[in-house]
Amino acid sequence: MEGLSVVQANLKVYVDPSQSKNLSSAIFRELSPLLFKYDDAFDGVLLAYNVHAPENKGRILPGVHPFIAVRLEAKLLVFSPKADMLLEGKVVKVTEESIHVIVLGFSSAIITYEAIRNEFKYKTKHGQGLYVNRSNRRHVIKAGTMIRFVIKSMNEETLHIYGSLMPANTGSVKILEKFSEHTESVTINSTPKKRRSKEKYEVAQITEHGSVVKDAPSQNNYDRENKKSRRS
Amino acid sequence: MGVEVATNYAKMEEDISFTDSQLVYSFRLALKSVSSGDTESYSKLVDVMNPSGRLAPDEAALLLTSTKALSGAVADIDDLHHEKLLKAIFNLSLWNFGPDVIDALLELIVLLAASNGKHVDSCLDMLVSNFTPPNKVLDMLKQPRGLDKKERVLPRVHAALKNISELVPMAASRLSSIVLEQMPWKSKRNVDQWSMKRQLIYVENMFKLESGAIREFVGANMLKDVMIVLRDLDVAIGWDDILHDDSSKGVFMIELEDENYADGDEYADEDGKLPSTLSETSLSKNLTAELLDSLMVQTFEHLESSVSNKRLSEVFDTLLSSFKDTVLNTYKSKFTQFVMFYACALDPEHCGTEFASELIDMFVGGHNPLTRMSAVAYLASFLARGKFLPPAFVASYLGRLVDWCWQYCVMHDGDMNPKLHQVFYSGCQAMMYILCFRMRLMVEIPLLKSQLFCMPIDKIFKHKLDPLKVCLPSIVEEFLKQAKAARLFTSSKTFVFEDLLVSNLSRDFGGLERLDMFFPFDPCLLKNADRSFIRPNYVYWKYVRTTYHEDIDDDDEEDGSDGEVEGVTEFDDDMEEVIISRSYGDNDLEMDEFDYAMNKMSITPRNNSSAGLRMPSRIRPSMSPESL
Repeated sequence: MEGLSVVQANLKVYVDPSQSKNLSSAIFRELSPLLFKYDDAFDGVLLAYNVHAPENKGRILPGVHPFIAVRLEAKLLVFSPKADMLLEGKVVKVTEESIHVIVLGFSSAIITYEAIRNEFKYKTKHGQGLYVNRSNRRHVIKAGTMIRFVIKSMNEETLHIYGSLMPANTGSVKILEKFSEHTESVTINSTPKKRRSKEKYEVAQITEHGSVVKDAPSQNNYDRENKKSRRS
Repeated sequence: MGVEVATNYAKMEEDISFTDSQLVYSFRLALKSVSSGDTESYSKLVDVMNPSGRLAPDEAALLLTSTKALSGAVADIDDLHHEKLLKAIFNLSLWNFGPDVIDALLELIVLLAASNGKHVDSCLDMLVSNFTPPNKVLDMLKQPRGLDKKERVLPRVHAALKNISELVPMAASRLSSIVLEQMPWKSKRNVDQWSMKRQLIYVENMFKLESGAIREFVGANMLKDVMIVLRDLDVAIGWDDILHDDSSKGVFMIELEDENYADGDEYADEDGKLPSTLSETSLSKNLTAELLDSLMVQTFEHLESSVSNKRLSEVFDTLLSSFKDTVLNTYKSKFTQFVMFYACALDPEHCGTEFASELIDMFVGGHNPLTRMSAVAYLASFLARGKFLPPAFVASYLGRLVDWCWQYCVMHDGDMNPKLHQVFYSGCQAMMYILCFRMRLMVEIPLLKSQLFCMPIDKIFKHKLDPLKVCLPSIVEEFLKQAKAARLFTSSKTFVFEDLLVSNLSRDFGGLERLDMFFPFDPCLLKNADRSFIRPNYVYWKYVRTTYHEDIDDDDEEDGSDGEVEGVTEFDDDMEEVIISRSYGDNDLEMDEFDYAMNKMSITPRNNSSAGLRMPSRIRPSMSPESL
């Protein structure tokens, strides 16, 4: 999934003197309102932070209210979705006009009927709405499915994402991964035998979370490796 | 295209054979055409969504169909071009419609919130505003028709809130502040009949949220906000409202026999007389008090349902933290704290222990002297008044208190100084107060008696700091009497209080807030809250067996048919015997109010310039048949 990054940042937190007895909880109290909000400085939504104070002390700023300034070094997990990025999320509601998705458990996304490709046809089964792919009837999108979609736009204030299922590489993650594994194995099998025995080739394994891990097994071990990754 | 859309729309109204998708399509067109200037169909749609008065069946059907179709076109509604439509939707009151229309409207609201983040706040606003019905329905809420409507609307509203939270996770964080903003009654406002009814049903909804599907996100805030409302109402009831100037009644008494409660009540004594709440004062006509009473009852019922859902401990954690922030240091709070009392009564083992431990820790380890003094006052009043607290429980906390006081004596070798050692004196007064109520119980149990006698109580009272001189005279007097009878402690000095209500010294240690006279769990004066919930769990001074009285079977009072009651207090030899008489007729009290008040355990000053800062703390004097 795109859009997630870990950044290093230098922060400065100003703590009220009344909190000086317990600086660490005061620092957390200052930082926690930043969570799950879009911040221009980070150019994204802060999801998590890990901080430590390199100097282990704070400086008292002179003034009417002498605040304590504490320098911090932080590792921040930031979510910065941009247009055309690929995101993954869980479908929570399907209607004839829209698919509602939750990304990373906090951001709501909507894919309207105009952004769903014609391949997908809306159906109702057991009172539940779902989208079925016309060319692959196993490719179903319903409540609970993890799907991959492209960002059309995002409202930074409300963290609302408008998505699209138009590109061919969008849809149910499970089906897409199966399809891409199948494509890979077809590609491999189509190579002449001679070359296979001599060449050491790289096989890209797609893990469950969508990131790509490069591996270099030999041909004999290929099937075994594949089975392992599918099982895990 | 605009003409086609208008024609389609008009046709739609007559021709019912349109499919759903055709309807949705035509609505989409109507919405999209607004940006190009064609608003004819759009205006008709706005009119449909703006129904007024009672709907005829065909109007209701039209509204239902339009709402369902709009739900399909929700992605095409934007706040820029469709302001009127949105305003119409958000102004709808669900209480005016049947279940089908309500379901359709709520589906529309949920989809609106999910389709565009900008609509989330307005959708939540609309749902929360439907917590309270229109005035017409408010009037008949207690009747079957009103109850039906309530059952029709409220569960659906809460389901919609849950659905929005599932589709838009961040919406839950907005909900708490929206609920707070829309509260019908806010601090410093007058209470009238309408605001009272609205507030009651609103708080009922807050409790539903607290225990409902999204309690994880909003539950704690709901409880805290309810506590704040209770406290604000409590503080708004001034003591002038309670102490009224009817001289025929004289100084009002809290724990009085009341013939009105004679029949069939298990707490009535042999003559059918009970301690009563003040039903005849202006408090009963005070709407603020009535609202507070009803809200307290609602809160108690919610606590009871938490017990059945096995959630009391998590609710109690929130209540305790809210108590510390909201109530502990609010000395004007008279009744709100009974929420904690009742919660502890429901689960003395866990909640009672947690409450008492928190209070003693705050006293022993706290930094702010006012908070420490408050905490120990709460602890003393709680341990004295909680009928559900076993004597061993009381003894263990008393032991910790005594230990702390003794350690303080050891560390501070100074002379009596009420201001400097105010925390210490408040601790000593707390000890004496607890013992006034519980000494007899403790000495009757051999293990506790030996624990009590091992405590360094006499060393504390004989120390240079001289707490017996500084603490509230009425408490000191009662304590000394009981301690002497139990042979726990006898003072070598004679304390002659001589008509002193309070001593200057106790005023000094009590400070501006008069924490020397702060007994937070003194009898609750709210009629319904007290009668059904507090009373069975409460220790009234009248029923406390002291160490200097024999057990008696007969009641002490004369059974006067005209409602006269006599009570007598014995005094030391150098004090006059005083006879108190009171009647429900027009006779004035014979004795001076001042003298009469002096005989009580603690005092409410009649003429206090800082009224409202102090609490009345009245316990009837103990009775003995011999002196009648």
